Amino acid sequence: MALLQITEPGMSTAPHQHRLAVGIDLGTTNSLVASVRSGIAATLPDVQGRHILPSVVRYVSATDIHVGDLALEAATHDPLNTIASVKRLMGRGVADIKGLGKHLPYEFAEGISGMPRIRTVAGERSPVEVSAEILKHLKQRAEATLGGELVGAVVTVPAYFDDAQRQATKDAARLAGLNVLRLLNEPTAAAVAYGLDKNATGVFAIYDFGGGTFDISILRLNRGVFEVLATAGDTALGGDDLDHAIAYWMMDQAGISGDADRAALRRLARDARAAKEALSEQERVTVEVIRPDVTVWRGVLTRDQLYPLIDALIDQTLVPCRRALRDAHIPLTEIKEIVMVGGSTRMPRVREKVAQFFGRAPLTDIDPDKVVALGAAIQADILAGNKPDADMLLLDVIPLSLGIEIMGGMVEKIIPRNSTIPIAKAQEFTTFKDGQTAIAIHVLQGERELVADCRSLARFELRGIPPMVAGAGRIRVTFQVDADGLLSVSAHEQTSGAQASIVVQPSYGLTDREIEQMLRDSLVYAKDDSVARALREKQVDADRADVAVAAALAADGAALLSPAERGAIERSLQELRAARTGSDGERIKRALDALDMSTRDFAARRMDAGIRQALAGHRLEEFK
Amino acid sequence: MQTGRKEFELGRNYFELFELPLTFDIDSADLSARYRDLQRRFHPDRYVNAPDQDRRLSLQMTAFINEAYQTLNDPLARGRYILGLHGMGTDEETDTVMDPGFLVEQMELREHLEDARRAPDAAPRLAQLAQDMMRRLATATEELGHRLNEDSASSRLRARSIVREMQFLRKVLQEIEELELPA
Repeated sequence: MALLQITEPGMSTAPHQHRLAVGIDLGTTNSLVASVRSGIAATLPDVQGRHILPSVVRYVSATDIHVGDLALEAATHDPLNTIASVKRLMGRGVADIKGLGKHLPYEFAEGISGMPRIRTVAGERSPVEVSAEILKHLKQRAEATLGGELVGAVVTVPAYFDDAQRQATKDAARLAGLNVLRLLNEPTAAAVAYGLDKNATGVFAIYDFGGGTFDISILRLNRGVFEVLATAGDTALGGDDLDHAIAYWMMDQAGISGDADRAALRRLARDARAAKEALSEQERVTVEVIRPDVTVWRGVLTRDQLYPLIDALIDQTLVPCRRALRDAHIPLTEIKEIVMVGGSTRMPRVREKVAQFFGRAPLTDIDPDKVVALGAAIQADILAGNKPDADMLLLDVIPLSLGIEIMGGMVEKIIPRNSTIPIAKAQEFTTFKDGQTAIAIHVLQGERELVADCRSLARFELRGIPPMVAGAGRIRVTFQVDADGLLSVSAHEQTSGAQASIVVQPSYGLTDREIEQMLRDSLVYAKDDSVARALREKQVDADRADVAVAAALAADGAALLSPAERGAIERSLQELRAARTGSDGERIKRALDALDMSTRDFAARRMDAGIRQALAGHRLEEFK
Repeated sequence: MQTGRKEFELGRNYFELFELPLTFDIDSADLSARYRDLQRRFHPDRYVNAPDQDRRLSLQMTAFINEAYQTLNDPLARGRYILGLHGMGTDEETDTVMDPGFLVEQMELREHLEDARRAPDAAPRLAQLAQDMMRRLATATEELGHRLNEDSASSRLRARSIVREMQFLRKVLQEIEELELPA
């Protein structure tokens, strides 16, 4: 099919129409939505002019849901129904949450798939559903501001997010009715926003210290190509932890112990954060704690007193920095600039420590709260097809190794961390019993050698292997990680050629059934006429395929196809055009599938021809 | 693990993909430039609005390009791959015949590593050992190149043992690096 023409991403039924796309920074503390308008990326404010949406959702009743500032205001008096920092729970299991338990004032119930659910007045809610509320809110804001339906969104995730956390984020976007153009790593988005692509060449470090996560990425830039060399981080370390350290100090000073009630803890955390933020501007700040007996402790916190409370936490961020540099095989001296991202990098102490570590002052010109959303918006604009000439390309990596369980509870790595994505690796398994018809595979993510120390992603069962003697059945399993960093697995039996079926049990993610149910329950979809929507989508697909195949035939049909092959493709195309004029979505789908089949070889040949063309344009001086 | 070859029926080996002659000597800057050109053309970001089939192919194609680049860009992986193209596997598990001299050396190296990490001055000793590993890897890489370029069965046999030796040296180096990091 039109492999080469289609690289002009503007290809659509209306090629010159500006397609509305946004970048969304779904943060632990705050979220933002941004879009490129008239060539300039800007964050979109709400009607009151506020750009930042606190990532807080409050379930007031089964039908009334507050998101943002309104929810945040209620956090202290309705803590059980007000969910903040939900990003920390994304893709996590019930056991993981226990570690965070002392900071979290919610009540948990266990879901079908081991995913935690929070008890609220609106019933049990999973972190995915809570995140979807934030995304829905931003989607509505964007559509109201931009005046039309979005074709898609780029949603950012911490570079160090594992597969389960990425999948949960994508599920949340799906649930919010967003078409995800790409999951983009936050540090990479920041690099794009800094316009590093324009003329920069060299190696850059992106230090991203947000509300709940820390990430470091080492990127090499070369003529518009952003190549992530290594990434490292800590998904459970952020500004929230600094707040808690300050809150514990305040409690200690006030002479109260950890048994404060939930509302009091919320208030303390809020006051601690305010004190932390104030200390970024001034040397000292007055703080107070209302004790359970309603007496008040009042005191002063100075910068000098603050540092011992937070220094150890800041130093923890330097460990991943060292690891990322080592994995990238880059000496410290080769780093050209350090880009600062995330609210926590506003703190002078953080900047000081980073400057000390890298031996140079970091870049801080773009608002660290907005930089990720702005970069995502630029990428969304390109992916939506509004900038056909853009030569920017982002090559990202998988942050943690993927492996499978082998004998003795050990993990064998299949895809090592910091491999550029997309990537695919195949592994062969043999049957070890006569007549064995199934094999169980346990997929894990992490760097440690023992299964117990890695993160369980999914268990697969390969079934339908034809019965053979032990060792004769050879099953080739392909692990593929796509450009969003998401894993998929396929398998077939080598000797007989039989396709083994895979039954997936995600360890922490939602099962397909759960997603289906949520989609059904979701208001966004209930309002839509899903049949009409499906038909519209099929028609758009048909138009796109029509244009693409016709262009491919015109360009390469004569050179790459025999008359018979060409005839077959043309017949499929005629059938598609006929189906397109009707209103039978199923018929269009069948025609598309048939066209897909008949153009398979053609597409592969054009792909091969494309390689020659890609390399033909080489000038020797480029290599210098 | 060498599984990428013939993965997709695109009918070429890694050298053919990059349109490079099948030799061990590779100009890394040239390879990277070719890599970027192929990525610019085939990356899934270029196919976001394309039909499903093109998107699938783009995904497979870039996965193949990435695997090829990572293999050719690393001397050890490249050497192993060239031997594979000559029908010579380097998998230790299926072939346990090893040079006895090297086996002794392996054991000695392991002991050095153990001694160093237990020593009171562990950090500088580990750093020294790492330096030593890197020097030996550089020498081995050079010899590997010579052997592979000689293009005879006997030099390929020698090349295979160099690859195994490099594999071991690299593993030790990796262990040292993990040790040096504060948990």
